[in-house]
Amino acid sequence: MTRTPILVALGMLLAAAALLVAVLTGSSGIGWPETDTAWRIALELRLPRAIAALVTGGLLALAGVLMQVLLRNPLADPYILGLSGGAAAFVLGGMSLGLVLLPTELLAFAGALFSMLIVFVLGRGEGPWSTTRLLLTGVVVAAGWGAVISLLLALGDDASLKGMLYWLMGDLGYSTLSPWWLLVLAGLTAALMLRARSLNVLAAGETQAALLGESPKRRHAEIYVAASLLTALAVAIAGTVGFVGLIVPHLVRLTVGADHRRLLPISALAGGVFLLLADTLARTVIAPRQLPVGVLTALLGVPLFLLLLRRAGGVR
Amino acid sequence: MTARLAVAGLDVTIGGVRRIEGLTLTIEAGQSWGVLGPNGAGKTTLLRTLAGLHPPAAGSVELDGRALETLSRRSVARTLGMLTQNTQFAFDATGLEIALIGRHPHRPAWGRERRDDVERARAALDAVGLSDMADRSCMQLSGGEQRRLALAVVLAQDPDVLLLDEPTNHLDPAVQVAVLDRLWRRVHGPGRVQVMALHDVNLATCYCNHVLLVFGDGRWRAGPTAELLTEAHLSELFGCPIRAVSDGRQTVFAVAGATG
Repeated sequence: MTRTPILVALGMLLAAAALLVAVLTGSSGIGWPETDTAWRIALELRLPRAIAALVTGGLLALAGVLMQVLLRNPLADPYILGLSGGAAAFVLGGMSLGLVLLPTELLAFAGALFSMLIVFVLGRGEGPWSTTRLLLTGVVVAAGWGAVISLLLALGDDASLKGMLYWLMGDLGYSTLSPWWLLVLAGLTAALMLRARSLNVLAAGETQAALLGESPKRRHAEIYVAASLLTALAVAIAGTVGFVGLIVPHLVRLTVGADHRRLLPISALAGGVFLLLADTLARTVIAPRQLPVGVLTALLGVPLFLLLLRRAGGVR
Repeated sequence: MTARLAVAGLDVTIGGVRRIEGLTLTIEAGQSWGVLGPNGAGKTTLLRTLAGLHPPAAGSVELDGRALETLSRRSVARTLGMLTQNTQFAFDATGLEIALIGRHPHRPAWGRERRDDVERARAALDAVGLSDMADRSCMQLSGGEQRRLALAVVLAQDPDVLLLDEPTNHLDPAVQVAVLDRLWRRVHGPGRVQVMALHDVNLATCYCNHVLLVFGDGRWRAGPTAELLTEAHLSELFGCPIRAVSDGRQTVFAVAGATG
């Protein structure tokens, strides 16, 4: 097996290449900027958006890895416990009330955290922490948010409807992040890596983890909070981009194995690259019009995922 | 001899019903205990209680003279390991990756395994006859192979106090003997003890020097295997006539059916 640092270095090279392609690709195709204006468009418009895509994809993939360990289910994704629903309900609520003073990012983050708290408090209940109860609580809360979202869409005026839909599908059109955020993503990945071996043990099940010296209840609470914060951040940046958090950890697990010491960094990189390439496509396929990137991640993700499932011969 | 595991006045209840009452016993180095009893008599719950996974309904469990509930999971895991009745692998991983999680309690949480850990994990896979599984996926294992992989995890963990819940479940006779031979040699190492819940009385006569009989109604008997495993005791324990049959080299216990 290739060593993890080599794989991570390869992933970083790939991310750098994707970043270059994204920055050099405009509505009129790919090319080296020749005028000052072209340079400014590349560095001031495309680069911040590309960074946002890279960071969001990385965050979602990390959150997906954590959620899959927490629920011990390789088909779990960052949104399964209703975080995206909470974020969406807050953002859409803000849009329909015309709360222009509150930025969408803040509403999304607050909504996701609010939903996290609801599920955490209700899902804990009396007695031992149970993954099944957490999952049930989360899924039901998500369904509740779904109803709120439909209500807001039904009541919303036509002017704000398109914005709402774009946000719901996940859109990087208004997202900008400074390159420093790449360091934030690297730092978060490194912090999670400190617990990577515990994640390996927890993936073997709660009892096994307890017998091997972990306190599963505390670890589960930590993982839940960490995954929620990562997801809240991602949703605040780009809306509810689907499929990255589900498909990327899954793909990476199939290719580099289940050891979280390589799964975490490779997933973060792969998630970033996947979303960045999807976003580059999203703003070029029907240029000069732009698609919401979430549509493309799903359009690419669904067939890829089904193909993988068939090849794997069952859920792995 | 010092007691590695000491149980005093322990009650085991399942769903409010008291299955074992006032269990008191000390388990000393070199002892291999077999726990025998009918289905639902509390064997598994007893082992889980000894492992600290389950709070005792009454009484106390001490590991090396310290109350189990005052110890951190981590320090327990350095001394005590347990093979649970069922193991399921939710994620695809190689045999070696899985065996390596047994080394988890022996390394700081953020550290890497050392070469020594990898060697121990490989040796554990070897010991259960799964050395060819080191680089292969755990998802295509048969029931018996999954059992052996789970056993490799506790062997890699290498605890002084080893609890085993039906270690021979799903295993072929040859593998049963190989695994139990290995555990029997292991228990003679310094400071080692093991407690096994077993269904097969004849394996207990071969591989346990002490037995604990649990009747499921609160009663229990504990003592050396030779004294406790008799036709009368076993017939009472399992609620059906059981005969000892000897060929001069070995005595086996058989269920005396209608034709017996």
